[in-house]
Amino acid sequence: MSESRKQYDVLVAGGGNAALCAAISARRAGASVLVLEAAPKFFRGGNSRHTRNMRLAHDSATKTLTGPYTEEEFWDDLLRVTGGKTDEDLARFMIRESKEMLNWIAEQGVRFQPSLGGTLSLGRTNSFFLGGGRAMLNTLYRTAESLGVEVHYEAEIVALKIEDGHFHAATFTEGGRTHSVHAAAFVAAAGGFEANIPWLKEYWGDAAENFLIRGSPYNRGTILKLLLANGVQEVGDPTQCHAVAIDARAPRFDGGIITRLDCVVFGIVVNKEGKRFYDEGEDVWPKRYAIWGRLVAGQPDQIAYIIFDASSLTLFMPSLFPPIAAPTIRALAGELSLDPDVLEETIAGFNAAVRPGFFNPTELDDCRTEGLVPPKSHWARRIGTAPFYAYPVRPGITFTYLGTRVNRDARMVMRSGATASNMFAAGEIMAGNVLGRGYAAGVGMTIGSVFGRIAGREAARNARN
Amino acid sequence: MHGTNALAEADRMMTVCNSCRYCEGLCAVFPAMEKRRIFADGDLDYLANLCHGCGACYYDCQFSPPHEFNVDVPRTFARVRAESYARYAWPGALSSLFARNGRAVSIAAAVSMILFLAGFALFDGRSFLSSHEGAGAFYVLMPHVAMAWLFGAAFVGALAALWVGLAKFWRYTDERSKMPVTAGLLLQAARDAARLRYLDGGGSGCMNEGERPDDRRVLFHHFTFYGFLLCFAATCVATLYHYGLGREAPYAWDSLPVLLGSVGGVGLVFGAGGLLVAKLRRTPELQEQETRSMDLVFVAMLMLTGGSGLTLLVFRATPAMGPLLAIHLGAVLALFVTMPYGKFVHGLFRFAALVRYAGEAATPGEAGSS
Repeated sequence: MSESRKQYDVLVAGGGNAALCAAISARRAGASVLVLEAAPKFFRGGNSRHTRNMRLAHDSATKTLTGPYTEEEFWDDLLRVTGGKTDEDLARFMIRESKEMLNWIAEQGVRFQPSLGGTLSLGRTNSFFLGGGRAMLNTLYRTAESLGVEVHYEAEIVALKIEDGHFHAATFTEGGRTHSVHAAAFVAAAGGFEANIPWLKEYWGDAAENFLIRGSPYNRGTILKLLLANGVQEVGDPTQCHAVAIDARAPRFDGGIITRLDCVVFGIVVNKEGKRFYDEGEDVWPKRYAIWGRLVAGQPDQIAYIIFDASSLTLFMPSLFPPIAAPTIRALAGELSLDPDVLEETIAGFNAAVRPGFFNPTELDDCRTEGLVPPKSHWARRIGTAPFYAYPVRPGITFTYLGTRVNRDARMVMRSGATASNMFAAGEIMAGNVLGRGYAAGVGMTIGSVFGRIAGREAARNARN
Repeated sequence: MHGTNALAEADRMMTVCNSCRYCEGLCAVFPAMEKRRIFADGDLDYLANLCHGCGACYYDCQFSPPHEFNVDVPRTFARVRAESYARYAWPGALSSLFARNGRAVSIAAAVSMILFLAGFALFDGRSFLSSHEGAGAFYVLMPHVAMAWLFGAAFVGALAALWVGLAKFWRYTDERSKMPVTAGLLLQAARDAARLRYLDGGGSGCMNEGERPDDRRVLFHHFTFYGFLLCFAATCVATLYHYGLGREAPYAWDSLPVLLGSVGGVGLVFGAGGLLVAKLRRTPELQEQETRSMDLVFVAMLMLTGGSGLTLLVFRATPAMGPLLAIHLGAVLALFVTMPYGKFVHGLFRFAALVRYAGEAATPGEAGSS
């Protein structure tokens, strides 16, 4: 092992939004900063690469935001999506701090744009990055490097030397060699463990083999595991992850946004036995998409099929793979290797239960089924116009909830209840503090930037003292 | 399905991009793409010509190489663009000039200059290498009427070929939308083209040598384009002088044609030179190797035209005037003759694409959905 000659004030583990905000704020506070990113340069930034906006409170409209989004409204939204599984004090603090982020992040060079096509519902609340998450990351990296932050890629931390909540050194591999680095303060911003299939299998069993990981293959939770093993208090349900239904033909990792499917509400969803299993029209899609990953995960072989007909084809955003098409339901069943008799029966039963109504694709309409189990509460229209289409779907894992407990300074809290002397956390690795379950668009980036900035500042302060 | 591999690849790419849309704010291409779900060859030719090759989307894209989705819009569209110039070229038989365009244009320029040199020498060998002064000095070497006819014919021929090519391009990309061209659309497109509105990465700058927004092609293109226009204006004014006022070239240093021509010539040399350097330094990731010679020879021709004109201006009172005039006229003639069969076409097709974009922007919903 080679001993790094340099001693840094602040060592940042990870390379996403939270890590870069921490690195920049620590550097701006005068600290020397080393960033160790496990991914190669192209894949730097973990899941921040796949993001596109940040939810920040603001009191008035801006050039890119259509109206005010008050702290209270943000809090109400967070309370609703988490079902109360949040640390109110920390969450309210984060929301208050988020107001300043709009300026701070722009000062780091990041540019915003009005909300993207198809996301009008977020135009008031969420600030969209011009060019998306990777553009934002590139800007943060440029800013960090111009300030003198040192960044290493393909540098994976494999061990941490921690004594009684005090960080001493980290061991990392780079270029086939093992190095050790000392730092006065440590910031963990290395994401969750959603790309670590063996770890997921601890909670999900073999079903996890059929999960697709929507983001970075480098979020293996190494740092999280090391921290928990060194007495840091855990937060969030370890068995839970944010899962949506994505195209089953997507690659195992890093398929990103383009494999999502927004058409569940316009069709029916059957499992491999050709049977429906949940109300596809329960609520508007933005409020329901996040339950479908779990629903599909609960089906045999973790696979399901969204079935719809020609009348729905252009009602939703296009996605990467074209739907599987066939002139008849029987033929479609053949394409999908489903039992044709069962699928025909399912469709016939559904069609017979559809009540007449006025179809409105953008609002909760009165098109519903009657006497069907499970029902379809809205947008229920007969599936009868050829050609017929199907998308195969599997659970797509976005992120995990397990993390390290932190206080307002982003300082880690030990299992004993004491605060760590020089260890901080930001981003997905501590998201579970404010986001115990559920999700609201752009909240992950709020957590990353707000706590990243604080963690960097506090780590620099810590290093100086 | 698609006419060429490049079109098939562009279709694949637009399908990826249309499912993502993160680049919507960068330029006109992505909003135009969002108006479509199906990308026919005409749509792709339109989108490719709308693309200014700023490179921002390549570095902003989470799916660009080495990601397995392999999204490289600037390079793919550069290929589609080059193919579209050839596809709509008129007469069609000459579209083969687009393949190995660098060689074709260089040969045309060399032949043209040699013919002028030889023609001048044969026409009047003694005058060719002696100095001439006063009005009509150039026409000792080549009668004005011959010059006017030759360049007039070349210019009209080039305009006709360009016009027919442009009309074919418009018709083909118009198959589904049948858009009427109005003065308003032309004005909007002219504004967008004059400012190079979409060569700025949506405000964050363009990429040329790597992931940093280091691109200064907007500046160089402005020098080139406006330099070209000034040179053209100089020629028009000189023609008016000749036929309207009976004043013969060469004109004095402070005359309008010379002022316009020299400012334009400097702009042309500086701008095209800047573009040439930018092209040579451009990262291979953003560059389509197959079309590189076409791009390079075009800026080289503009530099040669501007540079030979300026040199002629400086040495027109010396015995070098004859050879310099031959070289300048040879360059200008070659530029005219090859215009419809080289990079010059990009200006017209992009303008047409900007007109279409302006028209589509004014109509909500999906374009040409049938």
